[in-house]
Amino acid sequence: MSQPGIPASGGASTGLQAQNGAASASGSPYTNGPVQNALMSSQVSVSQGYNSQLPGSYPHLIPAKTLNPVSGQSNSGGSQTVSPLSNYQGPGQALYGPPVASHPVTPSLHSGPSPQMPLPTSQTPAATPMPSGSFLPGASVPSPSNWQYNYLSQTNHCPRVSSQSTMTGNTNLMSPQYVSSGDSSLQNNIIKSGSALPLANPPLPTTFQPGAPLGPPPTGGPPPVRALTPQKLTPRTVPQPSFNSTSNQEGITSNTNNGSMVVHNSYDEIEGGGFLATSQPTNKNPTMSRSVGYSYPSLPPGYQNTTPSTTGTGIPPSSLNYPSGPQAFTQTPLGANHLTASMSGLSLHPEGLRVINLLQERNMLPSTPLQPPVPNLHEDIQKLNCNPELFRCTLTSIPQTQALLNKAKLPLGLLLHPFKDLVQLPVVTSSTIVRCRSCRTYINPFVSFLDQRRWKCNLCYRVNDVPEEFMYNPLTRVYGEPHRRPEVQNATIEFMAPSEYMLRPPQPPVYLFVFDVSHNAVETGYLNSVCQSLLDNLDLLPGNTRTKIGFITFDSTIHFYSLQEGLSQPQMLIVSDIEDVFIPMPENLLVNLNESKELVQDLLKTLPQMFTKTLETQSALGPALQAAFKLMSPTGGRMSVFQTQLPTLGVGALKPREEPNQRSSAKEIHLTPSTDFYKKLALDCSGQQVAVDLFLLSGQYSDLASLGCISRYSAGSVYYYPSYHHQHNPVQVQKLQKELQRYLTRKIGFEAVMRIRCTKGLSIHTFHGNFFVRSTDLLSLPNVNPDAGYAVQMSVEESLTDTQLVSFQSALLYTSSKGERRIRVHTLCLPVVSTLNEVFLGADVQAISGLLANMAVDRSVTASLSDARDALVNAVIDSLSAYRSSALSNQQPGLMVPFSLRLFPLFVLALLKQGAISINDRTIPQPPILQLSVEKLSRDGAFLMDAGSVLMLWVGRNCGQNFLSQVLGVENYALIPQTMTDLPELDTPESARTIAFISWLREQRPFYPILYVIRDESPMKANFLQNMVEDRTESALSYYEFLLHIQQQVNK
Amino acid sequence: MAFTFAAFCYMLALLLTAALIFFAIWHLVLPEYLIHAFFCVMFLCAAEWLTLGLNMPLLAYHIWRYMSRPVMSGPGLYDPTTIMNADILAYCQKEGWCKLAFYLLAFFYYLYGMIYVLVSS
Repeated sequence: MSQPGIPASGGASTGLQAQNGAASASGSPYTNGPVQNALMSSQVSVSQGYNSQLPGSYPHLIPAKTLNPVSGQSNSGGSQTVSPLSNYQGPGQALYGPPVASHPVTPSLHSGPSPQMPLPTSQTPAATPMPSGSFLPGASVPSPSNWQYNYLSQTNHCPRVSSQSTMTGNTNLMSPQYVSSGDSSLQNNIIKSGSALPLANPPLPTTFQPGAPLGPPPTGGPPPVRALTPQKLTPRTVPQPSFNSTSNQEGITSNTNNGSMVVHNSYDEIEGGGFLATSQPTNKNPTMSRSVGYSYPSLPPGYQNTTPSTTGTGIPPSSLNYPSGPQAFTQTPLGANHLTASMSGLSLHPEGLRVINLLQERNMLPSTPLQPPVPNLHEDIQKLNCNPELFRCTLTSIPQTQALLNKAKLPLGLLLHPFKDLVQLPVVTSSTIVRCRSCRTYINPFVSFLDQRRWKCNLCYRVNDVPEEFMYNPLTRVYGEPHRRPEVQNATIEFMAPSEYMLRPPQPPVYLFVFDVSHNAVETGYLNSVCQSLLDNLDLLPGNTRTKIGFITFDSTIHFYSLQEGLSQPQMLIVSDIEDVFIPMPENLLVNLNESKELVQDLLKTLPQMFTKTLETQSALGPALQAAFKLMSPTGGRMSVFQTQLPTLGVGALKPREEPNQRSSAKEIHLTPSTDFYKKLALDCSGQQVAVDLFLLSGQYSDLASLGCISRYSAGSVYYYPSYHHQHNPVQVQKLQKELQRYLTRKIGFEAVMRIRCTKGLSIHTFHGNFFVRSTDLLSLPNVNPDAGYAVQMSVEESLTDTQLVSFQSALLYTSSKGERRIRVHTLCLPVVSTLNEVFLGADVQAISGLLANMAVDRSVTASLSDARDALVNAVIDSLSAYRSSALSNQQPGLMVPFSLRLFPLFVLALLKQGAISINDRTIPQPPILQLSVEKLSRDGAFLMDAGSVLMLWVGRNCGQNFLSQVLGVENYALIPQTMTDLPELDTPESARTIAFISWLREQRPFYPILYVIRDESPMKANFLQNMVEDRTESALSYYEFLLHIQQQVNK
Repeated sequence: MAFTFAAFCYMLALLLTAALIFFAIWHLVLPEYLIHAFFCVMFLCAAEWLTLGLNMPLLAYHIWRYMSRPVMSGPGLYDPTTIMNADILAYCQKEGWCKLAFYLLAFFYYLYGMIYVLVSS
């Protein structure tokens, strides 16, 4: 593994070089150098992504962003995003055998995941597997290692010392890839430039050369790749599927976002590529669908000749590779005229108009994951629109007036994941960020350019001047094309914020861990796994050379650990005065991770043993939190609190509110906090940019309703592991480890604020999520992570009759773990409609259910659980009766629903049967592919149920012997253990396929679902049956009964 | 015509109500409640039953409002975490307008009451 180091450091140094080079070249801002560098680093992620993917999915991958000519071009040359694996690996493999060889082959097995586990079906490569709307299945399945090593690659680009250190951190799996990433990218980069350009525009190659000195030396041999180029390019013509499933690709994005380049004065277009593209070639996805042709041929031919140096224009529009390109590109600012014109082209989906009688049509659930509805916009606009995974509205057609909205009885709101990992994200570094002068909206694809010099804000309709600097497009190197700038071509974009956006210098990443070490905590044995996880992931913590780390433990006293560089071992300081907590020697408690790494590791190794003999049963959580807050308040950062019992000492002590013996009888459930200490502390934390994440590992009542406030208002998150025990509950241990790994290594943004703006006439009504609302449209988020989601209720304040489109813009200003201040902007554009029918037509049932779930959660806290449940049922009844009374012309018997809402009753019923609606659950309910009814089960098969936080594999009594032996590894049915939570890794294709599918499912979500194998006598069977939401249970209605109930109410 | 205690109370209430009008706009909640409670007590002492009766509903509302404030361990009336929700914000604003109207009317009533007391005694 010494070999890897070299290229890696090479990569890092080139990064530096590029930066320096760019700095020196600042006189002539838009040189090739930095851009190339950008590509290089983007390349890294991509090539890695590919390595582990199955080639089959490639044809659908399309370079993410081709709108951006320079990068697009150079990408297109190499077209790294498109190129089948083999192309890529050609050079890479030849040069660095080991890395490629080490790539896991398994992922290819995932390609045909299918929901049913019975073997026969799972063999069919049906590309239509699983429930959630949040991921598209057929797509290549990221192997577990993906984001890890991408993470490495991130550090790789970042010209920082830490990049080297990462080498030590992880295992053999990664380091080779490190190599390949470090180098193949460089390689390809050069290769691309060489190969693409000749194709396009013969005189061009020279233009790339100037950049080359800044970039890596051209070591690769262009010829082989050049030969492949045609192949690579052809896939681009395939209509681009979505990049719906951006979610888990942490690595890639962290790459694109944080790690990657500070290319200055230029645009980096970071192309992650269609890493996750789906196997469905539907042109669903807005963001990616503006794929190829759109961008390159943009310029009139004359321009191409005059600016031969612009790589972007190099490809002649007539190129065979871009058949659809030229005409698509009209080079329009989306002016008003254009919009009107485009509106006329609207057509309604024929199936959308269908009215469905739910009582008659039983199997409404599609066998494929539900796709979000596409707003009824002209395709030119739609393809610029924001990805529904990031930003989604419950009604894709906005009603014109509040009256119309009230009539429809559907909730209007937004669901957004502003910091979600992205496959590709354009980053703009520019000294002026163009914003509307009155409403401060960032310029976005949906503004209209009145002429070359003026643009009209799409939110407040103010006419603004285009600044001089914005007239120049660094990508095409053309002056006078403001509408071609990346800001105007991308609904999701990231700006490097200049110093006006900082109240103080960007904070370093600060991580503080607060451990409960009372007797109860030691008993659960959680310290071992947590410390081990921390040790493993210490090098992967997002950060830079300034990263700080600290530890506090507490029982009835508070223990601090001095980790100052130079000490031979960590020094423990005990503060027993919990009434008035003070910080002993504040400067050495939070230490630089790099400088004191050995001490930190030392501490983590000894910590689990230090308290094994403790007899202290009290827990002074409140004072410990105060101390931690004091310690962190100068900088801000992330506080991770591990708590195992009810706090009993000092401020914030809680009393058990639920007596165990009364619990069954007492109907009252305490969902409101019993003390506001935690809430107030959370607000203090929020003010000092500290976020508190609570890990509650508890076998006993610990009043999560009160404790949870500490995370809720400081924008943290709560992880709950009921009855955690290292021996008795190994499943929870595994879950904790997996989730900790994700938690520790995922990206993080510090001292963030998010503002949501919307077109004049709309206003924000209520926010749902973990944050502090600082003003009516501003959320204070001390930390933000890719898994965080927020819901917003909207209302229509003024009539929107004179407008046809409305836009929503969320802007997240944050400090990356590299200490850069950045702004991530998402803009969503939706049409306005005037009739009720259209409103129903555009309803997004997943988003509606998601928003309703959020509303219900908050309602159950402020009012009561039963109130929330009633509200959910009423939401269905109201909207359906509204539909019946106003939108249906002829009154038919039965329960008529619009096609768009056909799953609404089912989703709501599923929500109701969730048992509890958990506070942190912000996922959109996901329909199972099979309807959840016992009717669908048979004894002859095995069925996998994905219930979000758990997976259950139900094995029928007469399940095929084949499955039992090949997948479960048991001889016969009776030998399946009572509690089986793991599938054995057998050397059979069936086993590999099943395991691959399950691990793929797990990667789709930020938490780690436990797998239970259930047979008829298993204790979990009741749980399994409870999730059969379509069936009748003792206390709840079956789906059909529910429909009848609704029908009764609706027809009243 | 003599300057009685009742007249003094009215005069005081007159001045304080002028202050309350501003407090109602700017939501200086605690001073507002204190002042209002203060001259209610003064009217009680002056045995101005009608005036006291007119103020009783508001006093009761204030007490109820304060007792059911969201953050119980602090003196503040508004919960910083929820106040920005549109319905709560709208409610608080509506409350402010209603009180403003009430104080304006009360201002003239106190003026009348003071003169009436002065003249009649």
